[in-house]
Amino acid sequence: MKLLIKGGRLVDPSQNLDAARDILIEDGLVAAVGETLTADADTQVVDATGLVVAPGLVDLHVHLREPGQEAKEDIVTGTKAAVAGGFTTIVPMANTRPIVDSAIIVSGLKERISREALAEVMLVGSVTKGLNGEELSEMGDMAEHGAVAFSDDGRFVENSRLFRSALEYASMFNKPIISHAEDPTLAGDGYMHEGAVSARLGIPGIPAVAEDIAVARDVLLAENTGAHLHVAHVSTKGAVEIIRQAKKRGVKVTAEAAVHHLTLTDEAVSGFSTATKVAPPLRSSEHVQALREGLKDGTLNAIITDHAPHAFEEKDVEFRYAPNGFCGLETALGVILTELYHTGEFSLSEIIGKMSVEPAHIFSLKAGSLKVGMPGNVVLIDLNKEWTVKKENFYTRGKATPYEGKHCRGQAVMTIVRGNVRMKDGEVCVGKQN
Amino acid sequence: MAKAAVSLRQRDILDLASMEPSEYELILKTAEEMKKLINRDIKKAPTLRGKAIVNLFFEASTRTRTSFELAGKYLGADVINISTSTSSVTKGESLRDTLLTVEAMGVDAIVMRHPAEGAAHYASQIVKPVIINAGDGAHAHPTQGLLDLFTIKQYKGRFEGLKVAIVGDVLHSRVARTNISALNKLGADVHVAGPSTLMPREVEQLGVTVHHRVEEALEGADVVDVLRIQLERQKKGLFPTPREYARIFGVNAARLALAKEDVLLMHPGPMNRGLEISPDVAYGDRSAITEEVQNGVAVRMAILFLVLMGGKPLEAID
Repeated sequence: MKLLIKGGRLVDPSQNLDAARDILIEDGLVAAVGETLTADADTQVVDATGLVVAPGLVDLHVHLREPGQEAKEDIVTGTKAAVAGGFTTIVPMANTRPIVDSAIIVSGLKERISREALAEVMLVGSVTKGLNGEELSEMGDMAEHGAVAFSDDGRFVENSRLFRSALEYASMFNKPIISHAEDPTLAGDGYMHEGAVSARLGIPGIPAVAEDIAVARDVLLAENTGAHLHVAHVSTKGAVEIIRQAKKRGVKVTAEAAVHHLTLTDEAVSGFSTATKVAPPLRSSEHVQALREGLKDGTLNAIITDHAPHAFEEKDVEFRYAPNGFCGLETALGVILTELYHTGEFSLSEIIGKMSVEPAHIFSLKAGSLKVGMPGNVVLIDLNKEWTVKKENFYTRGKATPYEGKHCRGQAVMTIVRGNVRMKDGEVCVGKQN
Repeated sequence: MAKAAVSLRQRDILDLASMEPSEYELILKTAEEMKKLINRDIKKAPTLRGKAIVNLFFEASTRTRTSFELAGKYLGADVINISTSTSSVTKGESLRDTLLTVEAMGVDAIVMRHPAEGAAHYASQIVKPVIINAGDGAHAHPTQGLLDLFTIKQYKGRFEGLKVAIVGDVLHSRVARTNISALNKLGADVHVAGPSTLMPREVEQLGVTVHHRVEEALEGADVVDVLRIQLERQKKGLFPTPREYARIFGVNAARLALAKEDVLLMHPGPMNRGLEISPDVAYGDRSAITEEVQNGVAVRMAILFLVLMGGKPLEAID
């Protein structure tokens, strides 16, 4: 089975391309890229006239909740949400129940993913057993069984010596350690950003310096060990500056920023909606501006969603008692195109770079490029499609979103995974195709 | 002073930040009538006969709960108290389900005290009965704010240009937040004083002048509002000892002498005598602390009356 995508504008920064190109996918791989490719009798043709054709989006930070928390999400609903949003490769974190902290769990999940997932799913193992922050997980065994990185996401590894060991150990297998950088003693009992808005609402604040100080420690340990540190969901001006300076010194550090931290401020919390509660918290505009500058100058390598679905009953509580996080896979591209591209702040190549090419590159994933021989993972984007975020249209089980009712311009209209059309005009296509 | 509004714009009383000075004035004017009723021999008026009010308290409270209960009863309403230690909340019931249950029993107003900020806003989105916020975490306490306004108006006759000093733990105080927003709208000059560890970061953005020497705040003040210091804050490392707090920040006679001669001294209660306030000033001739309690009942009668009679002023009902 062959698939020919014809007549589109190919935007693929991995080949420095932004031009009219056709793409032929054969046996799940890119077989040809050319100005005019022709279809034979058994080639399915997709008309991409007027659309952007790009390497499928790559999200380095999601939560699929399976195993153990399927009331929030599972592999099927989570990967449906992914392809609905234009993502072809996603990287779920290890904080499931049980924790992904041994090779047998990595293998078991991979087996289930191979049967059920609609998108490609690359696994992250935990840094410490059971996320306990005390003993290292068997990272070598997990790496051999397919884990692409290690993270205790949701928790900061407080023991600095142990975290240094983790960096040293993981670097033997050329895998990054992802750090969830927040000093828990400084964050205290806070549950929103500390600033003028928390002063007004009376909600205990999490100071930005709680993140800065943790990022500083982790960067210094990366420098000390020479290992690859990846900083998750950077949300503060201070952290951006620490990472910027570290990169200048040649420290092997990469970093990501979440869609919501790039596009929302703590003012969103004013109505006490639990759909605005997230860790790290939504911050003030000076931090949002600093993140955008960091994205622009290369300090931040990737835009991620931190898709963190929760069940209705978990979010339907008082703000204080709600768990952190909300869904993001189905809103990310529309929000980013609306807020960063259509405003003229970022070019399309930059956005595809940060949402596909660079994240794939820094985690050494076979994704983020439509060069011949790469997986046939493609997203077709209608840059000017106007649409409104409505949670009842989501495929994810966790409907809470801070973007409910937001008017967006630009949307993925087709998602192709390994040559299979997995989403067309917003509808997810289930089942084997070829 | 603002002209009284004809009626309240919103059904619920959630915070003073979302209300206009003309609405405060309507409530204060109505409360003046109510205060006369409290001081009559026979206090009962039939105005709210047939109305049911539930006091839904998720936090311990004597003064506010009793004040609301008497306010409702003086006006002839049926008032039921639910406190969480004896309710289905201890069985894990969600706030939504508790509210829906209370609503289904046909109540007209729910007076809610809750430890979580925004809980009253959440409640107002769920159920039809009027929600009156009796304190939500460190966010708002609108009826306390209104009784403070009532007391200031009673003694000063105005708000415009008054120097008001709020002293103590502003960080954890819903009373401070409420009074800052209301007094700013009314044109008062609001100062806050206390240890920097008990001041919210960026508090000056709320429109106040911040002092870390209590003397500066008290200097020439027309009104001094002293906040309660909770002793557990000391264990969290926010101040060294109660002794040091009293020495440096406690409001005593020597410090109060820096204020205007006719200064009005307030405290929302309950007091820690000898900590944030010395007994001689608490019981002294500048103190309106017990007067505030009576004003609290009057203001709550006014609020219950206005929200349950469709926000119309007293004379429109008769």
